Amino acid sequence: MDPASARRWSWLNDQRARGLIYQALLLGLIGALAWGAIDNALINMRARGIPTGFGFWNDVAGFDINLHLISYSNLSTYGRAFWVGLLNTLLIAAICIPLATLLGFMIGVARLSPNWLLSRFASIYTSIMRNTPLLLLLLFWYNAVLKSLPGPRQSISVGGVVFLNNRGLYLPMPIARDPAVWFLGAVLAAVALAAGFRAWARRRQDRTGAQAPTAFVAAALILGLPALVTAAVGPPFAFDIARLSGFNLKGGLQIIPEMAALIFGLVTFTAAFIAEIVRAGVLAVPVGQVEAAGALGLHRGLSMKLVVIPQAMRLITPPLTSQYLNVIKNSSLAVFIGYPDLVQIFTGTVLNQTQAAVQVMAITMAVYLAISLSVALALNAFNARYALKGR
Amino acid sequence: MSLEPVAYVRTAPEPEEPPPLLSRGGLAWIRANLFSSIGSSLVTIGCVALAAYLLPHLAAWATTRAIWSATDGAVCRQHQDGACWAFVVAKWDYLRFGSYPVAERWRVDVVEAIGAALVVWLLWMNAPRRSWGALLFFVVYPIVALILLRGSSLVGLPIVDTLLWGGIFVSLLTAVVGIVFSLPLGVLLALGRRSPLPVVRMASVVFIEFVRGVPFITILFMANNLLPLFLPEAWAPDRLLRPLAGIAIFSAAYMAEEVRGGLQSLDRGQYEAAMALGLNYPRMTALVILPQALTLVIPGIVNNFIGLFMDTTLVSVVGVTDFLEAMNNAIKDPVWAGPTILTTGYVFAGIFYFAFCYGMARYSAHVERTLAKGRR
Repeated sequence: MDPASARRWSWLNDQRARGLIYQALLLGLIGALAWGAIDNALINMRARGIPTGFGFWNDVAGFDINLHLISYSNLSTYGRAFWVGLLNTLLIAAICIPLATLLGFMIGVARLSPNWLLSRFASIYTSIMRNTPLLLLLLFWYNAVLKSLPGPRQSISVGGVVFLNNRGLYLPMPIARDPAVWFLGAVLAAVALAAGFRAWARRRQDRTGAQAPTAFVAAALILGLPALVTAAVGPPFAFDIARLSGFNLKGGLQIIPEMAALIFGLVTFTAAFIAEIVRAGVLAVPVGQVEAAGALGLHRGLSMKLVVIPQAMRLITPPLTSQYLNVIKNSSLAVFIGYPDLVQIFTGTVLNQTQAAVQVMAITMAVYLAISLSVALALNAFNARYALKGR
Repeated sequence: MSLEPVAYVRTAPEPEEPPPLLSRGGLAWIRANLFSSIGSSLVTIGCVALAAYLLPHLAAWATTRAIWSATDGAVCRQHQDGACWAFVVAKWDYLRFGSYPVAERWRVDVVEAIGAALVVWLLWMNAPRRSWGALLFFVVYPIVALILLRGSSLVGLPIVDTLLWGGIFVSLLTAVVGIVFSLPLGVLLALGRRSPLPVVRMASVVFIEFVRGVPFITILFMANNLLPLFLPEAWAPDRLLRPLAGIAIFSAAYMAEEVRGGLQSLDRGQYEAAMALGLNYPRMTALVILPQALTLVIPGIVNNFIGLFMDTTLVSVVGVTDFLEAMNNAIKDPVWAGPTILTTGYVFAGIFYFAFCYGMARYSAHVERTLAKGRR
């Protein structure tokens, strides 16, 4: 090595050394920011008399919640209120995700329909929904539609079974009777038999090529067996139908207007996004695949079922999952119409009452993060399983 | 032997028959696209029936049966089967400016006009000197806008408290602040996420995934409730500044993912060529990578902006009067109270948001097609 270049060489010019310095600087900056924030927070919280621990968790909440899946009263603790809120958030997700998927696939298929008018209608629907704020939809459903309905005495009735008024939607509540056990057994047996028949039919087709009407047999079993049992031992459920008593409807399954508005709004909004995902996924399957299916002699339905849909699903699943996560995140808009979800109960009422802002926000965000991360992990597992192999 | 002329051989070709009625033109199109099968025909009839039932109804509600001018809600209360546009007309100034002092509203108009001009400059793909436009929009404009809107004794403009700000102008402001701050931040995060340095990469990933994993509303609550706690008492941020910080943070994470998409779609050769020219990392990024990557993601950025503009409706949860909240307030005015006011107000708000977002979406689709042409 000649002396001139040895003199010019400096560890500052080494890329690895520089990398280490940059990273140390960044770590230092983050550490300083975090330390400053925590220090300030402790000073500010002490100055304002805000609790710094999680002791409030077991204090009596003292407020009522009009929808709770687990027992709750105003004597319950803040911790109990948290679980009520979390379950209400998950309840909305459990109702909205299947409904939005169903509606979204229907609209997505309509968008692909060869019928020009139908595809136009579907496209107008998706444009309107995708370019309107969800909050506006929710406020519209809640204030302009559900709150403007007539009172309980003038309920809108569907066949005297389902009632709709400004106190909510009243559905018949199924109540199990004694034969319900037999009924349940019949349903399970029918499903098991149908699965067995399907496995047998598939083995036979692999061996001989002969096809069996699996769908018809399964439908006949699953509808027929429970019907037979019902005829033999009587109906398994009694339905508790809401009826007018005094100034209100009593009985039945009441869906409060806040929940109904949240469901309507979220489902119609999310369905538009799912429809676009479905359309893009189906259109992304190369035309050659459809033509090859046609050349093999598959008619349109079978080519959809066996060739197009399986390939489209691989493209549809990741964005679809992120839409499902969006449903869970968007359900936090419940706070605007007063549906008692996690955000409304916990970051709303509990935060205001306890003033424990840092703890409450940390818990709430941790819950949403845990949901998002676990879904992301599941999605990664799915992608690894179904990714195109051998490329 | 001479050949007799054969009488039945044609000497001139027969004129062409017109094509069958159902194979070309409008009728054929109708048959192929509307009545190709029994099911399709039924669907067509159903759609036409639905449109024939709904459209005249809606059109009459919005036009002929609507009340266009009135001084208070009395006329609208009498005509309950039409929209009450007079309400929107009467409240228009409030919907635009909130409680911003009437004498100072020209300042908002000036800021909006400058902003609109700069946005057109930036989004018009063939405009000259777009880099100057970017500099003006991202550096000069925020400062000018702040001075004009808030006022300053230095330039002799009276100070207007942010408590008075409201309406469409606040909605636009929050969205523009979101873009102006989140784009540079998002670029940094995207570069950080692709950095070979593990600490930089981890910090970016944690930030992006954290923000994307929680609802926007919790970010707003955090900015509103925790920011004052995390900062020294003396720096306590303004009531409007807190949600703006929340929006910048939220939108930066989504922007980062958008920009990352652009970075990933660049050809490896671009990096290698830049390195072969002897450019160091900052120069390679600034001169070769970002100009190409950012052009590619313009449609994505615009789509992000649309989402951001719709998400700004949530800021009312922390007490900011955006357009939707101003509409909610206007609806509650007892002078106009009536059964048609609620629907009129929400429908108008819906048309406003739709027109804005749909226009932007069309633009982004157009740019996407233009860019795709060049890359084919």
